[in-house]
Amino acid sequence: MAKTIIPVGPYHPLQEEPEFFKLIVEGEKVLQLEIELGYNHRGIEKIAESKSYDQVLFLVERVCGICSTSHPFASVNAVEDLADIKVPERALYIRSIIGELERLHSHLLWLGLAGHFIGYNTVWMWAWRYREPVLDIFEKITGNRQHYAMMKVGGVRRDIESDDIPEIWKMVDGLLPVLDMFKGVVMDDPVIHARLKGVGILTKEDVFEYGALGPTARASGVAIDVRKDDPYAAYPLVDWQVITQEEGDVFAKAVVRILEMYESVKIIKGCLDKLKVVGGEIDAKVKEIPPGEGIGRHEAPRGEVFHYVRSDGSNRPVRYKIRAPSYMNVPTNQKSVVGGTISDATITLAAVDPCYCCTERVAVVDKKTGKKGLTGQDLIKLSQEKTLKIKREMGRIRV
Amino acid sequence: MDLKTKALTKSIWVFHFAAASCNNCDIEILDALTPRFDLERFGILLVGSIRHADVILATGAISHKAAIRLKRLYEQAPKPCLVVAVGSCACSMCIFRDSYNMAGPFDGLVPVHAYIPGCPPKPEAMIMGVVKLIKALKKG
Amino acid sequence: MAEGILAKIKGKFSWQILNIFEKSLRRAYIDLKPENIKEVVEFIFRRLGARFVIVSAVDTRNAIEILYHFSFDSVGKIVTLRTKIDRQNPEIESITPIIKGAEWIEREIYELLGVRFKNHPNLKRLLLAEDWPEGKYPLRRE
Repeated sequence: MAKTIIPVGPYHPLQEEPEFFKLIVEGEKVLQLEIELGYNHRGIEKIAESKSYDQVLFLVERVCGICSTSHPFASVNAVEDLADIKVPERALYIRSIIGELERLHSHLLWLGLAGHFIGYNTVWMWAWRYREPVLDIFEKITGNRQHYAMMKVGGVRRDIESDDIPEIWKMVDGLLPVLDMFKGVVMDDPVIHARLKGVGILTKEDVFEYGALGPTARASGVAIDVRKDDPYAAYPLVDWQVITQEEGDVFAKAVVRILEMYESVKIIKGCLDKLKVVGGEIDAKVKEIPPGEGIGRHEAPRGEVFHYVRSDGSNRPVRYKIRAPSYMNVPTNQKSVVGGTISDATITLAAVDPCYCCTERVAVVDKKTGKKGLTGQDLIKLSQEKTLKIKREMGRIRV
Repeated sequence: MDLKTKALTKSIWVFHFAAASCNNCDIEILDALTPRFDLERFGILLVGSIRHADVILATGAISHKAAIRLKRLYEQAPKPCLVVAVGSCACSMCIFRDSYNMAGPFDGLVPVHAYIPGCPPKPEAMIMGVVKLIKALKKG
Repeated sequence: MAEGILAKIKGKFSWQILNIFEKSLRRAYIDLKPENIKEVVEFIFRRLGARFVIVSAVDTRNAIEILYHFSFDSVGKIVTLRTKIDRQNPEIESITPIIKGAEWIEREIYELLGVRFKNHPNLKRLLLAEDWPEGKYPLRRE
């Protein structure tokens, strides 16, 4: 059954262009997946070698816009590991607050995109609408909606004023009913169950073979979370728990992210309470970095961010290795997308929450003819149509 | 003002091209479509095909692989097609200026008609940029 | 127990280990010869159940150093295997046949530093464009 397929993505339609994901199909079934990278390669590790440790933080922030504090977080952890720097307690709480606020906005963003991919566009609009208050708080306490530049080797760059604490509290508290709503939408809707359960399964063995991380791993029952395993910042100082599910399908991944947002609210509130009573410095005022090497990590919304830094005693790193979680998670699509149908492809690819623009450029190739056919936009439409079909079958909508 | 320009200023169809971007500008562009800012009420629509585009919203610094795509894209766009560089990376490459994998800022490869700097520029700044562009178009 | 892990590795590979540096309870670096890396990786990954984190590589002008990072999540410990290979002829056995998750990073080190990973199932460029010149390795210090 041959189909003529055109390679395009929702925002980057272009004929005969290399794409991030090439699905080789036979009829409806995905037989093979080829992944091509390199469009976003900006040579950041090389640039880092010519910058001072403070400048590197601004640089690595821009590795990814959505988890923009995750990389500086891992980076300061690495340099502090190298030089055995003790960070003042107040700074630890501020760091965790920023990290968890970021998790909130990132998971809400994902929820919106996932909603769009399966045809729940109101979920998209609502999830992004409720992201705005989080971004407003960021702007209030850091000066920018994204790229907050809060991390500093030895502490944080800005304090959270006591006047701001009630406002932050109010905002995260106000998210709880919103999270309840999304939880209800996802966990109680039989259409979503039918649409997402059993789709894009990743087994525990696959998680291990590929080194998968974050919600992608935790949704398959692998309880890894750097915040608990190798505690840092304020995570061992407040009360919260790691969220896992067992099934490893797209549904499980969505549930993990939603439930994690509740934990993030808990952590933020716990840290805010501590900020009211813990005063003192927010910066260890580090003057120089001795020779040596350090490893730092942070549990970003997508999983473990790993930084390795080597110093020769000068104020510039000799080598900076940055490993983002998506680097380990995206290859798992070899297991979760292959064997599935093309209507499930977009949501499965999106379920590991890769860098947003990676999911944009997808191509589908027919195995028999070798011709390219459906666009990425077509795939999203197919995905949305599958949801409609399920709704009809369940009598949810009139034909 | 001729009919073409009038049509252009009434309803701008926008194509979003992300080169090597950290995605922040891309997210803020999409944000501009969400209820708080809602660009669609101005008739500004995000389109899926370059052949329907009046404006290319360009983000990110351009890597070698992206440069090849960009050139082809621009050739396929029906003229007049305006290019708006969104974000510091698109305007001048900023911190990625010296990287070995960069092919240069947007205005080195295609004509750029408007620059919206910022890292990322807030949706308000983008709306301002688009409004200024429309005004400039109307002037001729 | 954190000490237990290093003791097990030391016990099994006492001849192969050149040096162990325990920076802290949570960070340990084990120096090995290139030809011993694969068997130690197999032991740590398959027998001790460590999680593969990533591989990093540095051009130190004297040699190319390759570091294999593994995480023991139950105790929050990272064990890094370090080896040095010849800059003029940088070659080492691939660990991708053991760990699927290593495929991409070995390709990246291949194109950015010029290290050949023997028996890698798919050793080709990952990030650089096709027309990037051969023999030019961005992370090398020339």
